[in-house]
Amino acid sequence: MLEQVNLVKELADKHGRRRDSLIPILQGLMEEKNYLTDEAMVLVAKELDISAADVYGTASFYTFMDTDVRGKYVIRICKTISCSMKGKIEVLHTIEETLKIKVGETTSDKKFSLLETNCIGWCHKAPAMLINDTPYTELTPQKVTEILQEYMKM
Amino acid sequence: MKSSALKRVDLIFESVNVREILDKTLKRKPEEIIQDVLDSGLRGRGGAGFPTGMKWKYTAAEKNAVKYIVCNADEGEPGTFKDRQILDEVPRKVFGGMAIASKAIGAKIGYVYLRGEYKFLVPKLQEEMEIFHAMMKEMKHDFRLELRLGSGAYICGEESALFESIEGKRGEPRNKPPYPTTSGLFGKPTSINNVETLVYTVMICKYGADYFHKLGTTDSRGSKVFSVSGDTPKAGIYELELGMTVERFVEEFGDGDTKAVQVGGASGFCVPRKKFRDTIIGFEGVPTGGSMKLFNSSRSMYNVLHNYLDFFTEESCGQCTPCRVGCQQLLLGVEAVKRGERNSRYLDELVKLAGTMKIASKCGLGQSVGNAFKSIVENFKEEIIY
Ligand SMILES: Cc1cc2nc3c(=O)[nH]c(=O)nc-3n(C[C@H](O)[C@H](O)[C@H](O)COP(=O)(O)O)c2cc1C
Ligand code: SF4
Repeated sequence: MLEQVNLVKELADKHGRRRDSLIPILQGLMEEKNYLTDEAMVLVAKELDISAADVYGTASFYTFMDTDVRGKYVIRICKTISCSMKGKIEVLHTIEETLKIKVGETTSDKKFSLLETNCIGWCHKAPAMLINDTPYTELTPQKVTEILQEYMKM
Repeated sequence: MKSSALKRVDLIFESVNVREILDKTLKRKPEEIIQDVLDSGLRGRGGAGFPTGMKWKYTAAEKNAVKYIVCNADEGEPGTFKDRQILDEVPRKVFGGMAIASKAIGAKIGYVYLRGEYKFLVPKLQEEMEIFHAMMKEMKHDFRLELRLGSGAYICGEESALFESIEGKRGEPRNKPPYPTTSGLFGKPTSINNVETLVYTVMICKYGADYFHKLGTTDSRGSKVFSVSGDTPKAGIYELELGMTVERFVEEFGDGDTKAVQVGGASGFCVPRKKFRDTIIGFEGVPTGGSMKLFNSSRSMYNVLHNYLDFFTEESCGQCTPCRVGCQQLLLGVEAVKRGERNSRYLDELVKLAGTMKIASKCGLGQSVGNAFKSIVENFKEEIIY
């Protein structure tokens, strides 16, 4: 808890305490942990002197600001047609089998979450996915297995 | 036979000395710069195609001590990936375009709004920004950039939603008017331009308005960067002179079996094979922010339509009823027709609904859902029903 208080203060010192500092602060929190806890949102509200409902209302608008518990590595696989046309479904099945979770779920060790997302801008190198901020493109079942194995070791 | 030519152009990615161009341009009067951009015929490359020179002129005319230039790098339209490449390869040209705009309209602060999906570009852009700021200081031009990130909301590419987002709020589009040129970011006069548009202004300042004006057609001057994907052996990013027909495009990029091209992404138009010859890619025909997706005869256009409707249902900000409920009903509607629970006449009702959405929706998202819907349903009815 104290750790969170300090982090919120640090972020507010860095980005300011105006309304337009809110999103950079929330994004800073997301960088530390892949989701926003209720406590963190209340702390941000206090720090910026706005209502917690305002903070939650803003955060919940944005798909990438998760308010549900997420794993350390969030996998977002593109679900736009261009990726589907290039074998995304096999890649998705491989991820599901490797991690033993379905889309929307998090592994029990809280290491991975698997989500779908709209076009991430790599259609010419489809299928594509993001793991946290890093894009991975031209995926095949074999390639995605290797990528996941690397993350499992981390 | 100008309209059938398919000419490669190299303006956007051409390596140039930005400092030299700025040295020359920032010494000019704002009116002169604006006149050049007007004369070039450049229209916005983010999709809507508003003349860039006019936008700058209106913003310049506002008597306000604080004004902003905003670079729209939200690039969320499915099938568009050229702005990422531009920011990755020639960020200095993008920032240079913002400096030119700042001189033209009288702004001291510029914002770059980058979609969260491109966060991996941040270290590079920050580094470039430092170089840029040092250059501005040397040139004694009072102008600073701020970088803001999106967080996975397509609607934040809509200009007024983007302002709301920078202001720290939910990305919900505003009513228009007032337009951004009078009341934009933080309520101040703002010119918001697409990444590619800004780079073209640099090249217009380098080579002159005429050079650009000579390329393209009356309605679509110059060239454009296309993001080509789908059933093509040549997926990638290409800068081409505007004014080609879909037929010529398909000759170059198709796999020999192209049955449709979706021009302009989910909010654009589907052009079927029988219309390839007579359809021009540009503002006089089918406009595009760059997204060009090719489909061959193995593809189900029902799946394509379903995917786009699913996209809009998810990305509608939900603020106004025609769009929020309309998107859901179109999606449920085509599913019901596909399952045989509704007959084919129901599709005509859905087309009418899409027409209502065009008139009654608050912003461009709801207004353009009907583009893909109508053009796919009308041209591929059998595929939707059976
Ligand atoms: C739903 C929606 C999404 C949009 N997304 C983008 C985008 O990602 N990038 C962009 O440049 N323009 C986008 N636009 C257009 C902007 O509202 C605006 O017209 C554009 O940034 C202006 O720049 P331009 O004149 O240089 O094209 C979008 C519009 C709508 C309605
Ligand atoms: S048209 Fe759709 S996206 Fe635009 S304001 Fe209305 S609900 Fe929001």
